[in-house]
Amino acid sequence: MGIELKNVYKKFGDFKALDDVSLKVDDGELLALLGPSGSGKTTLLRVVAGLDFFDEGQVLFSGRDAQNQKARERGVGFVFQHYALFRHMTVFDNIAFGLNVQPRKTRPSRQEIRAKVMELLKLVQLEWLAERYPWQLSGGQRQRIALARALAVRPKVLLLDEPFGSLDAQVRKELRAWLRRFHDEFHITTIFVTHDQEEALEVADRIVVMNKGRIEQAGTPEDVYHNPVNAFVLSFLGNVNFFHCRLEEGKAVIGNTTLEVPGLSVDKPQPAKLYVRPNQFKVSRVFSKAAFKAVVEYVNPAGTIVKINLKTESGERIYVEITQEELKQLKIRKQEKVYVSLKDVSYSEYVKDNS
Amino acid sequence: MSARTEPRIVRYFLISIALAFFGLFIVLPLICVFHNAFAKGWVFYLKTLEQPDALAAMKMTLIAAAVAVPLNLIFGVAASWAIAKFEFKGKGLLLSLIDLPLSVSPVIAGLIFILLFGAQGFLGPWLIAHNIRIIFAMPGIILATIFVTFPMVARELIPVMKSQGNEEEEAAITLGASGWKTFWMISVPNIRWGILYGIILCNARAMGEFGAVSVVSGHIRGLTNTLPLHVEILYNEYQSAAAFATASVLALLAIITLIAKSAVEATIRQGQRQ
Amino acid sequence: MIFFKTASMGFPDFVHVITAPRTLAAYRLSFGTAFVSACINAVFGVIVAWVLVRYSFPGKRIVDALVDFPLALPTAVAGIALTELYTPTGWVGQYLQAAGIKGAFTPFGITIALTFIGLPFVVRTIQPVLEDIDPQIEEAAASLGANRWQTLTKVIFPVIVPAVLTGVTLAFARGIGEYGSVIFIAGNMPMKTEIAPLLIMTKLEQYDYTGATAIAIGMLVISFLLLAAANFFQWLTSRNLGKA
Repeated sequence: MGIELKNVYKKFGDFKALDDVSLKVDDGELLALLGPSGSGKTTLLRVVAGLDFFDEGQVLFSGRDAQNQKARERGVGFVFQHYALFRHMTVFDNIAFGLNVQPRKTRPSRQEIRAKVMELLKLVQLEWLAERYPWQLSGGQRQRIALARALAVRPKVLLLDEPFGSLDAQVRKELRAWLRRFHDEFHITTIFVTHDQEEALEVADRIVVMNKGRIEQAGTPEDVYHNPVNAFVLSFLGNVNFFHCRLEEGKAVIGNTTLEVPGLSVDKPQPAKLYVRPNQFKVSRVFSKAAFKAVVEYVNPAGTIVKINLKTESGERIYVEITQEELKQLKIRKQEKVYVSLKDVSYSEYVKDNS
Repeated sequence: MSARTEPRIVRYFLISIALAFFGLFIVLPLICVFHNAFAKGWVFYLKTLEQPDALAAMKMTLIAAAVAVPLNLIFGVAASWAIAKFEFKGKGLLLSLIDLPLSVSPVIAGLIFILLFGAQGFLGPWLIAHNIRIIFAMPGIILATIFVTFPMVARELIPVMKSQGNEEEEAAITLGASGWKTFWMISVPNIRWGILYGIILCNARAMGEFGAVSVVSGHIRGLTNTLPLHVEILYNEYQSAAAFATASVLALLAIITLIAKSAVEATIRQGQRQ
Repeated sequence: MIFFKTASMGFPDFVHVITAPRTLAAYRLSFGTAFVSACINAVFGVIVAWVLVRYSFPGKRIVDALVDFPLALPTAVAGIALTELYTPTGWVGQYLQAAGIKGAFTPFGITIALTFIGLPFVVRTIQPVLEDIDPQIEEAAASLGANRWQTLTKVIFPVIVPAVLTGVTLAFARGIGEYGSVIFIAGNMPMKTEIAPLLIMTKLEQYDYTGATAIAIGMLVISFLLLAAANFFQWLTSRNLGKA
């Protein structure tokens, strides 16, 4: 089912939780709402679910106004951040709940409910936990049971609030991959909220970046990562180095150093803020005028990439990532002098801000 | 020695003080009640309790509790649900109203009912015209009991409900449950121990209330006497052994209340650990 | 309702009733004994709460359960039991008598009864606060070189002081209004051992409803002020625990 929000506003007292939010979610899409805490992403999810009311605007389900549809009539499956499993019910009864509360006319028979619950337990690979209580489960198991419970009522939309937020790193990775596979198989329209950019980039078809109740950018992971529309989106999606500079034709002047920026064209020289991803630097031992002279403060070769902290002559600190291959060739160590220039990168990754 | 405790001698000293104070103020009166109750032996004890006046007082006490406890249970659950789960105007006022009976003297609580329903009272002339007796009759006793036990259930439930938050209810609603079903299938089971706890305390207070009931009852033997009032009458007539025999029934009730309360507390704590 | 009734009597009459010597004596007695017993409970309540939270000893669970005994026991029962204990021939009274102290039927006896009634209020307000104190705070103090006494006086006490004040205020408020447990041990001599609630009762029995109401108003106003104070202390407590 497709969902559309048109100019939605929502205030809590003086706090603008949603500020003119418009968003279209396509049928079968897996969408991530990404943003810092307080950015309105959870409120947006709750508005879609009908758990919170909005002040102005419109929410459409398959093109139809959902204003008067109560939460329980919307056919949404909601997975809560802290799972909200019913603590006095077994896993089986938790999953069966949505079926058991249906009006007698539409309620499946006991056997059908049993079969359905077991099928869902199998789907989340936890068949042996049917008779356990929520407190007897691990965090990852609770998460999957919460998901199974939401799926039992055959929701047309699946909404997940920080689904992996309170899990260990390892379990989180597994469940992420599982969610992606699950979605590829069943294609239920899914919206999940996260503050973890890695999670959003890895799992979602499309990412909506939110800040202060507004949507900053919506696009594919590739799009928002490589073509951020503003500094907020850029800095929220991964590490970035920030410089005050003066942009000239093909050049950026930072302090006393003039760096070459291939392909940059400006009408007239102007001051700017320059954002550079850690992997967009070139580190060299060979002197170049168009490079920072810098001292290596720290090299961390653990991991697939090598992380280096540098300090330029003028005292600016730069965080750079290079490959293990590059490290082998450079053989740099702490306290050594290096030259740092900008690589030949797409210029749209710089964000200019003249204000 | 860990960083969080005192030298052994200090510990023993403090424990001794606490136990001595405790023994003098709590244990000694308790022993005193039962000692005096059986001062004239078993036979006298049983005879005292079989007196028609004693039986009538017991009946009165049971009736008052049987009306007050369920009413305040319904009120307590509804009020605490509203307070813990919703935001509305006048919430602060409702909270203070709930605490009101605990903060006024029981005598004043009784006085309120006299001023409302007494012969010279606000509704007095109307009641007399319609030949309805409230003060110095059973309805007055029941009303006073309801009033003083009014906060007992709600006060226990509000913190429990607040600590549980709304998520489980919201989950039930997104799964298609109606408000009514959510209340019965999710909210109520989650507070069942809190409810039991509230009932126990409410019942103890309902059966033991003295001041407020004393004001409105009129002390008519065999008619408007509750057990605590019966104790007073016997004691003031210098029937000490009989007074204590009756009192021992109430003391026993208090002990049962404490045991039940501890048991429920242990269960709640176990539930929290899970 | 009560205020309505008072309004109908006129202000001069009201003042006349509440400033009558007998009324003032009753107020003085009620507030005085309630205050003294609340102070006694402040000291012993802290010790009892501390011992219950921090130490283990045989019978601790029973003691813990019995803290609520004064709340669970009907006040009339408490009243006759305490009277019996403190009469000159009673278990405790005979020793007091030997020492030249009169137990029952004096303000001292009233104080005893109010101490009994007030104990759970103090203990039950301090106990959860003590339980909530993060062990790491004390460990931090110790690791910074504070000795145990310094840790107690500089770290623990400031946190529990508002709770103690809350508990004492509650005990005090309850003590002022207490009726059942006091009337037996008080002796009820006008001007000497007649507490304010009893005076209300006496007026009622004489069908002097306006008089009773006026005395009640005086008590109510003070009780509300006390309740406001208790709420303020409660707020302080939660702030000290870092919850507000």
